[in-house]
Order: sequence, then structure tokens, then C-alpha cells
Amino acid sequence: MSEIVLDKVWKEYGDQIVLEKISLTIASRAFVALVGPSGCGKTTFLKMLLGEEAPTQGGITLDGVPLIAEPGPDRGVVFQRYSVFPHLTVLGNVLLGKVFKRSPIAARLFGAERRAAIDEAMTLIAEVGLNGSETKYPAQLSGGMQQRLALAQALIMKPKVLLLDEPFGALDPGIRAEIHVLMKRLWHETELTVVMVTHDMREAFTLGTRVIAFERPRDRPEERERYGAVLSRDIDIWPPRIAGENSIFAPDRDDPVIPLGLRQDDPAPQGDILP
Amino acid sequence: MRWINTKPSRATQIALMLAPFLLLIVAYGVTSAARLADNPADKLLPALQTLIDAINRMAFQPDPRTGEYLLWSDTGASLVRLFSALGISTLIALFFGMVIGMLPYVRALLAPFVATISMVPPLALLPILFIVLGLGETSKITLIVIGVAPAMIRDLALKVLELPREQIIKAETLGGSSWQIALRVVLPQVLPRLITCLRLQLGPAWLFLIAAEAISSDSGLGYRIFLVRRYLSMDIIFPYVLWITLLAVITNFALDRLRIAVFPWSNLEAR
Repeated sequence: MSEIVLDKVWKEYGDQIVLEKISLTIASRAFVALVGPSGCGKTTFLKMLLGEEAPTQGGITLDGVPLIAEPGPDRGVVFQRYSVFPHLTVLGNVLLGKVFKRSPIAARLFGAERRAAIDEAMTLIAEVGLNGSETKYPAQLSGGMQQRLALAQALIMKPKVLLLDEPFGALDPGIRAEIHVLMKRLWHETELTVVMVTHDMREAFTLGTRVIAFERPRDRPEERERYGAVLSRDIDIWPPRIAGENSIFAPDRDDPVIPLGLRQDDPAPQGDILP
Repeated sequence: MRWINTKPSRATQIALMLAPFLLLIVAYGVTSAARLADNPADKLLPALQTLIDAINRMAFQPDPRTGEYLLWSDTGASLVRLFSALGISTLIALFFGMVIGMLPYVRALLAPFVATISMVPPLALLPILFIVLGLGETSKITLIVIGVAPAMIRDLALKVLELPREQIIKAETLGGSSWQIALRVVLPQVLPRLITCLRLQLGPAWLFLIAAEAISSDSGLGYRIFLVRRYLSMDIIFPYVLWITLLAVITNFALDRLRIAVFPWSNLEAR
């Protein structure tokens, strides 16, 4: 379980009020897409969930426990850029989380432990479609592959929450569509609550279970400093998408495959034949 | 076609590369010949043959007094000083550069101090070093370290600060402690920069070495140059200067190759 509750959260930088009185409950395993114009505090909001910034007022809890004011392994993150380490290979990047967990002093793994970690990392690398590129460095990968790598790297920690800061914003439309399919699959298959900041409305409505918009109700130049953005729209996607379940209305190819049993036309009948 | 878009072919590139060197040699030959035609005893620009004789005498014949091959014993003495000083500076710079770059408390404590120290002209400290540390190797090595280390520390600390904030945060979300992040994320990324930094400091390091050797020493390349200066022995000074330049160029090149061999990824980024 991983329910995030924000209670009357304000964020100010000096005199500048960025966010005003954000109260929000993000259900476990939701996929929240956060939209809004530039500079309305979407990224600030994400930084607070990440623990990089603390709210000026109000509190954030994850499963009822107040968030510690420091990024930690329970919250994974993928940024638009610089999410992977340029000095490590694909395998090294994915392994790093495991290495940090198991080897506090040497920060390296050896022998059987290393082999086990490599096996796990390889599975994940194959999952995101990067098999064959294990020994490449990020600079040798395309932008889309780098973001796939960043996802694999974050997911090896099995985080409760995955935070995405315009992760696919720099990718061209074809690659973006491919990675959307991957993202949907990962969300269905992993125990994850996802919060994604995006500029792309289409992306928000394609992926999300819930779309949230931030907006400044007062945006005249003289008001801009003293009034922050508020939560202006909160839309639950209909028909509802539920993690790990087929949509009842229009099952699409991104939904998880649920075996329907054998049909009359299927070859090699074994067991009961459905009408 | 605009000038900014015209590029030399490979052959032209090599020809262009060699041109200034050849030009220098020819200019030297012509001027030297002209001066020697006026006055055969001229010592300022010795003829090529005189230079070769001097090189032969210094490098391949034992010195009648000590029985040493002077060029090699001088080179050995100088390089021991230079490389031990650069080694010490590198270790100091790596440690302090990383803690200043990574830890805000240490940065607040040491960054302004290091910035101030790096402004002290090292050669002005030389008399103090000679008085406090004596005339031996210690004072010479210390001079180079004082001259080179602060700049390297500042450069490395800057490099650490330049690492994208996103990377450090990502490492934190992967559960890394400060120590683990230092070891696996920051250190490997500043090491290539450390090598580059070392290359840039080769010039100053040689400067301080020659200066220290010129003032007080009984061997070394700088010592020899300043010794034979008294006899206007240009035939020895010129080859020594060339030799020092050559050593510096080779070190520079070798360090860059080392960086690419050990950190192959550091060259991928540049493309």
C-alpha cells in the first residue's frame, strides 16, 4: 500500500508564494498526471513529494507516516534528463541500487551476491526492452533508451511511489508512444503509485487514472508574487483504469493479458471447451 | 564558401601542423648562420653541429668530474621532484576537492580559505620555504605543491558542484549514503577531470620546479641551465629547454591517453 495524503500544503520561496493550500489524497496504485502551465509549481510539488523540498506549511504523509525531508529508496524518480549515470554501463546503472543496499562500505558486490543481483538486473533490463545493450554507456543510447534505463534503474528498488518529472518530454512522438506502452505495462505489473508531471495533455489522459491541474487563479503581473497556484481541476478518468485489471469498456493492447480460457476455434483442445 | 566552413584535408592538416615548427628551425638556422658568418666566436645562436656536439657531450659521455651522464642524472633528479610533488598535489586535491564539493559544511569552512591561499604567489613564499624546510628536496617539492594544489582543489570542487543535482538525487532514491554516493557516483566522475586538471597544471609545476632548482640545487634540469648560463653556453641551454618541453608534451599526451583508456565513457560525452 502506498497512499499519499497532502494536508493544506503551502510552498513559498521567500516572498514568492508558489503553491497555495493543496489538499489531496492520492490512492494507492493510482497514476496521477499533473498538468498546468509553465511555472505553476508542478515541479515544486514533485520535489516536495520527493523530499528534496519541504513544504512551508502543511504536511505530507505516505501511508500515514510523515515524509522524511530527504529523498529515499521508497520513492523512485525519473527526470527528463540526467537520470542515469554517464560513467556506468546499462547493467552498472541498474545494479547500483542493489549495490547500495547490500554493500554499505565497499559499495561493490562480489561472488554469488553479485551474480544474484546481476540476474535480477538482467530481468529488469529485458523487461524495459534493453537486452543486448547491457555493456553500453548511456551516451551510446538514444534518448528513449536512456529513459527506459532510468525506469529500470528506479524500479529495481521496488519503490512504493514512482515520481516522473516530464520523463518523456524530450522524446519524439513515435518513441514516446512506445515508451507509453512500456510505462502502462510496468504500472499494471508493479506495486506502484505513480505521480507524473507533464506538459502533454494527450499523455496525461493516455496514461493517467486521474488528471490534476494546477493553475494560478490570480495571474496579473502585480499579483503573481503574492498569490500561488491552486489545485484547479481534479478529473478522474472515465472509464476508470484500475492497475492490473482490464478496462471493462475498451480493453486495449496495453492492458494486462488475462487468459480467457480456450475457445472453440483454438487448436489442440485440452480440458473443457467454452461455448 | 565562407572561411568558417573550409576545412583542411588530412594531409594539409599534417602539413599545417608541421609548418610552424619547420619555420622556427629554418629561422633559427638562417639567423645562426648569419651571426656566425659575422663572428665565428658568437655564442648566442650556436650552429646545429655545436648543438649536436653539446647533446652528445651531455647525454652520452660521462662527466669527467663525477662520471655521471649529466642529462640523464639531471632529468632523473628533476622528474623525481616533479612527479612526487604532482602525486602529493593530486591526492590533496582529490580529497579536499571532493569534500568541499560534496559537503556544505566543509565548503563553508574551507572554500574561501583555499581561494585565498591560491592567490598567494608561490614564488614569494620560496625564501620562507628555504629557511623553514632547508635547501633540500622537501622545500622544492613543497613549493610545487603549494603552487599547484590550491588551483586543483578549486577546479575539482567546481567539477563536483557541476554534477547535475538530478544525479545526486537519483542516487539518494537508490538508497545511497553520502559515502556510497561519494565512492560510486562522484569519485568516478571527477577522476577524468582530475587527470585533465593535472595536465593543465604541468606548466605551472615545471615553472616552480625550474625556479626552485635555479636558486638552490646541485642537480636537475633547471639547475644545469642556470649553471651554464654563467658561461653563455647556449649550446647546452637550447637542448635542455627543448628536452624539458618534450618531457612536458609527452606527459601531457600520456595523461590524456590514460584518461581515455581508464575512463572510456568520459570521451563519449564530448561527441
